[in-house]
Amino acid sequence: MKNRLKLASALTALRRIVAIGAAATLFGCATAGNPRDPLEPVNRAFFSFNDGFDKAIAKPLAEGYRSVVPSFARTGVTNFFSNIEDLWIAINDLLQGKPAKALDDWTRLFLNTTIGIAGLFDVASDLGLEKRNEDFGQTLGAWGVGTGPYLVIPFLGSSTLRDALSHGLVDVHADLVVQHRKVPVRNTLFALRTINLRANLLDASRIVEEAALDKYTFTRDAYLQRRQSLVYDGNPPRDSQSSLDSDEADNAPVSEPLSVPDDKNSADSPVPSIPLAGLPISTPQ
Amino acid sequence: MKYFQLLICLFIAPAFAQEVAPDALVKGITQEVVSIIKQDKEIQSGNSRRIAELVDAKVLPHFNFQRMTQLAVAVNWRKASPEQQKSLTQEFRALLVRTYSSALSSYRDQAIEIKPLRARAEDTEVTVRSEVKQKGAQAVTIDYDMEKTASGWKVFDVKVGGVSLITTYKEEFANQVRDVGLDGLIKTLSGKNRQAESRSRT
Repeated sequence: MKNRLKLASALTALRRIVAIGAAATLFGCATAGNPRDPLEPVNRAFFSFNDGFDKAIAKPLAEGYRSVVPSFARTGVTNFFSNIEDLWIAINDLLQGKPAKALDDWTRLFLNTTIGIAGLFDVASDLGLEKRNEDFGQTLGAWGVGTGPYLVIPFLGSSTLRDALSHGLVDVHADLVVQHRKVPVRNTLFALRTINLRANLLDASRIVEEAALDKYTFTRDAYLQRRQSLVYDGNPPRDSQSSLDSDEADNAPVSEPLSVPDDKNSADSPVPSIPLAGLPISTPQ
Repeated sequence: MKYFQLLICLFIAPAFAQEVAPDALVKGITQEVVSIIKQDKEIQSGNSRRIAELVDAKVLPHFNFQRMTQLAVAVNWRKASPEQQKSLTQEFRALLVRTYSSALSSYRDQAIEIKPLRARAEDTEVTVRSEVKQKGAQAVTIDYDMEKTASGWKVFDVKVGGVSLITTYKEEFANQVRDVGLDGLIKTLSGKNRQAESRSRT
């Protein structure tokens, strides 16, 4: 009964997101600058807040954690949280019309929970069942909902209107850590997961420090490309910018690969439609 | 020793490259680089000079840095004088090499799989796909966009987890040129490179 209620509220939330997402993409077109980032001044403020918080608290904590906890234990922690996520990943694969992959996810969950001792060991990967990355934001993307404007969320970082709403309204209800009834257990697990995640990203964040001229635009453009790639499971449609003659083209606007999604499809077409929103306007043949 | 290796590369790599298919080329280089890292304790402990030597010798000959820079600088490329184009290429190359070396030093023993190439024989531009598998997380895809040149197949863009190097830098470069001009962009790049150099020496 409770589950049915949850499903109903998730569906209402979904309807709201679809509507807001469609409106947001329209809103996104109207502004100058990077069309995907109309809220850049606000975003930059939150970005430097997050950066300061990371430098002062999150990163030192993660570094301490990495130096104290041995590597095999950190892998166990990573595997444990990764295993619980597979349940929700499987549901999203189903929602995206990929039952074979959903079955793989559930097999992973079953094998890792039993043979892998409550998920501490990722035995399923050794058996060739690949870990997948899915969430409700990607499901909406696969259904044709555009991303809406880019957002930087305090403490959480890069997101878009679509991803932030689907995370806040839908994903958290399926998050077994957040939903845990005993508050002290929940808080401990949540803190451990967060610190472990940040520790896993230490190498990556060092590379961004070295590579970026402006960390804000670098992070934003990498995030938007990454999400686009995830929606298409690693095979996003090729954009025309990478073709040989594009750098010679007179009329090519500089930021074209990050152009506004074709929101017509997301607003009118019945669900699930061919994923078109979020695509660069120039569709490949 | 370093120059000796470079010399070998200059003469042998191009001749070798012409005959092999792009996916076989990527596979060969990847295997070679990985096996060197696995044996070299100094690289594993993060000796950046050693890593840079390895990248110089094994990886760089297969990249077309001028094309990469041209794509990233986009419309502003034609506004740049030949000297500006040259320094842009030089500094961008140094930046990419450093970033790439830094990424290599965090390599542990992840399995790397090069996917079989899906292309026609007459194609002059292909994408070689690969996957780095890691426990408890989704595999990271690394795609190499490659073009056929007189001296073999050359990489002109790399996409890590769907994030294109060129696309990411394009916006950064465009903003810099808009705010401080082409010379300003060159200055920013070289400043970043000098800063990192002095950091790695200490």
